[in-house]
Amino acid sequence: MGGQLMSGAQDMTHRGTGNTGDRSYLVRLKEAVKEYPIRGGGKRILNEVNLDVQEGEFVTVVGPTGCGKSTLLRLVLGMEHPTSGTVKVAGDHQFGASRDCGIVWQKYSLLPHLTVAENIAFGLELEEFNLWQWLVKTLHYRRRRREFLDLALEYLEKVNLKPGDAHKYPHQLSGGMQQRVAIAQALIMKPKILLMDEPFSALDIGTRKEMQQLTLDVWRETGMTIFFVTHSLDEALFLGSRVLVLSQYYTDRLGKRARGAKVVKDIRVQGVHPRPDDFRFSEWFTTTKAAIWKEGLDEDHLQPLDDFDMNHPDAIHPLNGSNRGTSDV
Amino acid sequence: MNHPFAIDARPGRHTYLFLSSLLFLLLVVAYNVGSHIRLQDNPRDKIMPSLGQMADGIKRVALPMQPPEGKDELTPKQQKDQYRLWKDTWATGKRFLISVALLFVAALLGVNMGVFPYVDAFFNRFMTFLNSLVAMSLLAIIMVIFGTGDTSKVMLVQFGIFPFIVLDAYLRARSVPREQIVKGQTLAASNFEIAYRIVMPQIMPRILDSIRLSLKSVMVYLIAAEAIAAKAGLGYRTFVLQRYIAMDIIIPYVIWIALLMFLADHAFKLFIRRTYPWAGSS
Repeated sequence: MGGQLMSGAQDMTHRGTGNTGDRSYLVRLKEAVKEYPIRGGGKRILNEVNLDVQEGEFVTVVGPTGCGKSTLLRLVLGMEHPTSGTVKVAGDHQFGASRDCGIVWQKYSLLPHLTVAENIAFGLELEEFNLWQWLVKTLHYRRRRREFLDLALEYLEKVNLKPGDAHKYPHQLSGGMQQRVAIAQALIMKPKILLMDEPFSALDIGTRKEMQQLTLDVWRETGMTIFFVTHSLDEALFLGSRVLVLSQYYTDRLGKRARGAKVVKDIRVQGVHPRPDDFRFSEWFTTTKAAIWKEGLDEDHLQPLDDFDMNHPDAIHPLNGSNRGTSDV
Repeated sequence: MNHPFAIDARPGRHTYLFLSSLLFLLLVVAYNVGSHIRLQDNPRDKIMPSLGQMADGIKRVALPMQPPEGKDELTPKQQKDQYRLWKDTWATGKRFLISVALLFVAALLGVNMGVFPYVDAFFNRFMTFLNSLVAMSLLAIIMVIFGTGDTSKVMLVQFGIFPFIVLDAYLRARSVPREQIVKGQTLAASNFEIAYRIVMPQIMPRILDSIRLSLKSVMVYLIAAEAIAAKAGLGYRTFVLQRYIAMDIIIPYVIWIALLMFLADHAFKLFIRRTYPWAGSS
């Protein structure tokens, strides 16, 4: 854990194409159902969701209001548990959030009582020392903490913040800067997967664009798996290497309006990273956006299961229940 | 713009100083006039002593006494009465400090209830029950059990305020966003680290503020307890002197108590602002 930060750039273009064993599916959901108890039964949010995500994928999740995007993220995070079915990250069931996952929330990612540098170094400190060592503040603790704070400065630079910001408190930062710190805070732990729950939704448009670019840079540099929930189709298509459309607007096998959302569209995004800015205006981008709008977000357009467009190689079709990569499901 | 009830009015510094001092001035003047009239009527009146008489009273309770004429030493009674103000202040101050220290224990308990569901299940109902007891109604029981010493006075304060601070800290701990706790888990924090390094520090300024606001109640309970039974104390003194209608000492005592409370409040406020520079603007 010294100066060596992250692995170098990886070639993104080879990902998600080939036959891969179970091992490299970092996230696996099988028939995952999530219901919240309400009077007289349960309200089904997620309906038998199947999902395999390869390591290194940048997954973005979009869908209409109330489709359970954030619920899906919380299942992967381990913060919530499926009512039935399984959720595995790196082959393990999730029991409570763990340091395997990094998280960036829309709000409340930073601890208000710590400075920027302390916030970033906090995870390393917590991991290496227990409560007692913190209380006593041994010499070893002090020395290591100094090292962690130095490392935090390097991460600060990585997210394009100035060293002068290190001693500020979160409330002194703008929304965009806070999110930069939150990303650094998660990255320093080198999690197996970085989860982001509408991280840029509260930012103005300029800051938002900057943050998207930063996220792409980080992804390219680290080769990290990212699971990104957003309500913006543009953001999802621009950032993701794989876009999941989660929607409750479809009909079940009997042709009735279904209860609970499924992945109704699973897209492999064209092109390579870094994406040119005018990718947003390409023909593919526009037509895909329109298709998502119709198939996922239009309340009156109920797709039958047959018609789900599962274009991504790892996609699991709800009817034949298999993806092209593996025979095991 | 400048008439007295203009909502947009912004009184200048001097105007503000003048207006805010006016009622104090009126009080002092009215008292002096009243005192003067009564003393002219009856020079031995004790209800409204003049400022000079009160100054004499303060001297008697705060400054060293002179031995009786023709003697070198104070009489045993004088020795007992000498420096009464300071002895009373210490007697009450000690009870006050112990009571406030115990409120920090209450805050600690509340935080743990807010973070750990089992601790919550164990204490919550009982604390709510204690909180709904009326402490003053327990005074008789407290005195029977704890006697008439310092313990019973501190206990009365605790019955009155401890459960309130517990529940206050509990609610504040509960109101820390779930996101922060999950964040801690992703940063490899243990359960106790979440309680003491994530939840507690960020609600600490507000907990201290609640304790600060309850300082006055602490004093109310202490004085009430001292009024019933004590050997020394600020509250005790005012009640004893009431028998002699010694207003020349009672009034300075009342002002002294108010001044101490004011200082304690300010010290707390200053401490919070210094220690938690990040609080207040979040």
